[in-house]
Amino acid sequence: MHQKNPTLRLTDTSLRDGSHHKRHQFTVEDVRSIVAALDDAGVPVIEVTHGDGLGGSSFNYGFSLTPEQELIKVAAETAQQARIAVLMLPGVGVKDDILISQDNGASIVRIATHCTEADVSVQHFQLARERGLETVGFLMMAHSQPPEALARQARIMADAGCQCVYVVDSAGALVLEQVSDRVSALVAELGDDAQVGFHGHENLGLSVANSVAAARAGAKQIDGSVRGFGAGAGNTPLEAFVGVCDKLGFETGVDFFKIVDAAEDVVRPVMPEECLLDRMALMMGYAGVYSSFLKHAYTQAQRYGVSGAQILVRAGERKLVGGQEDQLIDIALELSREKVR
Amino acid sequence: MKAAIVGSGNIGTDLLYKLLRSPVLQPRWMVGIDPASEGLRRAASLGLEVSVDGAEWLLRQDELPDIVFEATSAAVHRANAPRYAEAGIRAIDLTPAAVGPYVVPPVNLGEHQDAPNINLITCGGQATIPMVHAVSRVVPVSYAEIVASVASVSAGPGTRANIDEFTRTTSKGIEAIGGAQRGKAIIVLNPADPPMIMRDTIFCAIPEDADPDPITDSIARMESDIRSYVPGFRLLSEPQFDAGRVSIFVEIEGAGDFLPPYAGNLDIMTAAATKVGEEIARAPKESNTAVDRHVTA
Repeated sequence: MHQKNPTLRLTDTSLRDGSHHKRHQFTVEDVRSIVAALDDAGVPVIEVTHGDGLGGSSFNYGFSLTPEQELIKVAAETAQQARIAVLMLPGVGVKDDILISQDNGASIVRIATHCTEADVSVQHFQLARERGLETVGFLMMAHSQPPEALARQARIMADAGCQCVYVVDSAGALVLEQVSDRVSALVAELGDDAQVGFHGHENLGLSVANSVAAARAGAKQIDGSVRGFGAGAGNTPLEAFVGVCDKLGFETGVDFFKIVDAAEDVVRPVMPEECLLDRMALMMGYAGVYSSFLKHAYTQAQRYGVSGAQILVRAGERKLVGGQEDQLIDIALELSREKVR
Repeated sequence: MKAAIVGSGNIGTDLLYKLLRSPVLQPRWMVGIDPASEGLRRAASLGLEVSVDGAEWLLRQDELPDIVFEATSAAVHRANAPRYAEAGIRAIDLTPAAVGPYVVPPVNLGEHQDAPNINLITCGGQATIPMVHAVSRVVPVSYAEIVASVASVSAGPGTRANIDEFTRTTSKGIEAIGGAQRGKAIIVLNPADPPMIMRDTIFCAIPEDADPDPITDSIARMESDIRSYVPGFRLLSEPQFDAGRVSIFVEIEGAGDFLPPYAGNLDIMTAAATKVGEEIARAPKESNTAVDRHVTA
């Protein structure tokens, strides 16, 4: 008897998390070419926003070369079948940013909070649902909380109108069962009220395997970035995950050969360099540090003549959360004072 | 001057302790809406009249306050503000409602002494706008951006439900009072345990050829002005100059009146409210009469 294979919906985040690696310097042409290639390969959702979400263009996170709303508009105009998603962090962006992105053609809004602070997203989910946008919730730095605590936060998002809550391994610090335990806890809590998703990073070399663990535990949506074009050591390489899904019998609707070509021929030339699993990236996975701190740590290490790896380790010790990039400057100053002493 | 506190959450309760120490303000009433409120319990035990029927109850009393401190939410204050004005009660608004003019004590305290309603922007605004002003009084600031990091436990349900109001109101304050042409505010809640002390970073875009010394001096003067009413305010390092930008790092350790000292965000807000209230109470009588005329006009 033929049983239908389980289906996963994939979201490519190279034009959002990749913004960190590109230091927010995407051009209209970069976006047009990547969206066209991913759309043609059958990627159902493409996320386009400043790396730190709507309104992220700033001293703290880096200024965008091209206004993100212009990039969102180009993406929406380019995509034939793919839907365009935007990311938004309450406290960085505001509701108006969501409305503008909808006017520019985005149809999915992903609201991200630190994984203990879900209640700051309630007003944004409500607005998004009122406006007919599809909603996704991001519980960032999910490694820092046990499964039950994450599930309680997921419930807050679902009750506010979130249709899929993601376990977001922002630090690339989760290892296999730690992913499936968290995903299972969310699936048990949310039941039919909302789906569960997983967003991985490559900082311990486990993003594809972790994504498989998530799918087996009941996640229905999985994020990746073509060529790993993302933050830290990169995100889950989407083309590799598509190939693995083909072998394991998960339906993604994405053409493996086309996405492999897109990764090599279209995405790689846009990347300043490959995302590497190097010393700095490993520190992030090991110490549980927010992946987008990487480029900022390099900048401050150079500016103050201190060790970038030490900046990251101290960021872990201080339990910094996503958004606190400014504190990396303070850490670099602290390290340079210690050096003088 | 007889004072009432409307709102019995973190901010209202922290304010209670500061007003009790004031030589010129007498906190007599505290109202809220939550019967389980720790703030109301404490206020009652300290001898204030309390009610869970909010501003409604307060305005029904035979004796009315001269001044009301509103620590509810922007929506509630917008509804209450005309009723205070009607009753001739001065209002100091600790919500982001911004019905009245913005006041940041070390920058423009004197300017709005007669206003029937004064708004204190946000906690992050009180901590950072003086620093934007310290830079903009020396060189033009085309853009200023602040990042406020606060301990999760110090951000109450009002702040959480209205985080957009924090960013929008603070941004406007950076422009209107800080003197930047364009302002942006970012707030981050950090759940680290033990809780982190409130930290703020202030970035100002300045001319590439600006002389750092007078800017650094101005920032140091502002630090000591703020410390006169918020002793736990301090610069974490010397201001940092990069091409076309100065970065200022501050920390605000609270007085520990209600929540522990990590909650500098409460402390700087309630200290500012107390300072503004005292200034009004000490203003010459004519000025207060002028307000009455203004209100009834």
